[in-house]
Amino acid sequence: MAQQPDYDEGDAVFRVRPYALTGGRTRANLDLPLETLVLCSARGHSVLNQVGLEQRRILLLAIEPISLAEISAHIDVVIGATRVLVGDLVASGFLESRSGSYADQPDIKLLERVLDGLKAL
Amino acid sequence: MSEPPFPSSATAHAPSPKVPIPVKVVVAGGFAVGKTTFVGSISEIEPLTTEAVMTRASEGVDNLGAASTSKTSTTVAMDFGRITLGNSDLILYLFGTPGQERFHFMWDELVRGAIGAVVLVDTARLADCFPAVDYFEQRSVPFVVAVNCFHGAVLHSLDAVRHALSISSDVPMFHTDARERTATRDALLTLVQHALVRTRARVGAA
Ligand SMILES: Nc1nc2c(ncn2[C@@H]2O[C@H](COP(=O)(O)OP(=O)(O)OP(=O)(O)O)[C@@H](O)[C@H]2O)c(=O)[nH]1
Ligand SMILES: [Mg+2]
Repeated sequence: MAQQPDYDEGDAVFRVRPYALTGGRTRANLDLPLETLVLCSARGHSVLNQVGLEQRRILLLAIEPISLAEISAHIDVVIGATRVLVGDLVASGFLESRSGSYADQPDIKLLERVLDGLKAL
Repeated sequence: MSEPPFPSSATAHAPSPKVPIPVKVVVAGGFAVGKTTFVGSISEIEPLTTEAVMTRASEGVDNLGAASTSKTSTTVAMDFGRITLGNSDLILYLFGTPGQERFHFMWDELVRGAIGAVVLVDTARLADCFPAVDYFEQRSVPFVVAVNCFHGAVLHSLDAVRHALSISSDVPMFHTDARERTATRDALLTLVQHALVRTRARVGAA
């Protein structure tokens, strides 16, 4: 598999404002729930100086696991546009992501873990 | 959903074991009922605010009574906080959201995959929580009712509140003080326990 994703480093596509970047798209390629957690990947680290300002900010915020909702609040961009930006970074492999089950409620095992976690607080 | 047009996206989107699992709870209720206070009492971060905008062609008459055929956009602001649980392998998000029906577009997204909801109630303005209760009941979202004790004294008994809301007896209902961390934690515990009971019953019945 190719080392680089299918865009040119320094390509203008990563240097435009969020709404211009979304090019009229209102949905990300990936349907990311608000609480989706993302983490900057090794590839994300390696492109920090080559991506646009907004993407760089997001990657830096994601040095520790952080949710889509938190990113939206920190960069002060509405959820929808943030989802597109983050979705593109996930699709490019610059962010690793993890979502809960989008369609269903959490299963018994997960609920039990949450219960234990809350009890331990 | 169609495949994203990125060759690498399928593998890129595989859940990473390095990333904690997110779970969420919705905190709902009428205006100024204590949603943000509730979230802030237990969150490890200062509650943050994020906005969602929905634009659609309006049909007929909107909530403000204006007849219109143009596009309308509704903005909803949500407060949220987070609690890291377990061995930092689990992060619980609490989303506080206003209860008015015109914000339901946001709720549809919020309740997907949620553990459930805490409905905050001020007994002096009981009707404010009706839309939230209706919504969660209709969609079978597990919820508990937390009566926020604003006035130091209890204005109405829980039985009276349950009757007024006509909530079934298996929905947990209790008094709380949204400013108190332990009270908030107990409210969340009650919700998760309730969700567990319901999930076990559903799985058992299947
Ligand atoms: N006495 C008392 N006051 C409370 C309690 N919870 C909240 N308050 C106060 O009630 C006011 C409103 O609380 P918020 O947490 O802002 O309510 P909210 O539901 O987030 O309000 P909106 O987002 O504006 O709808 C604040 O001044 C709080 O300090 C409580 O349990 N007891
Ligand atoms: Mg609030």
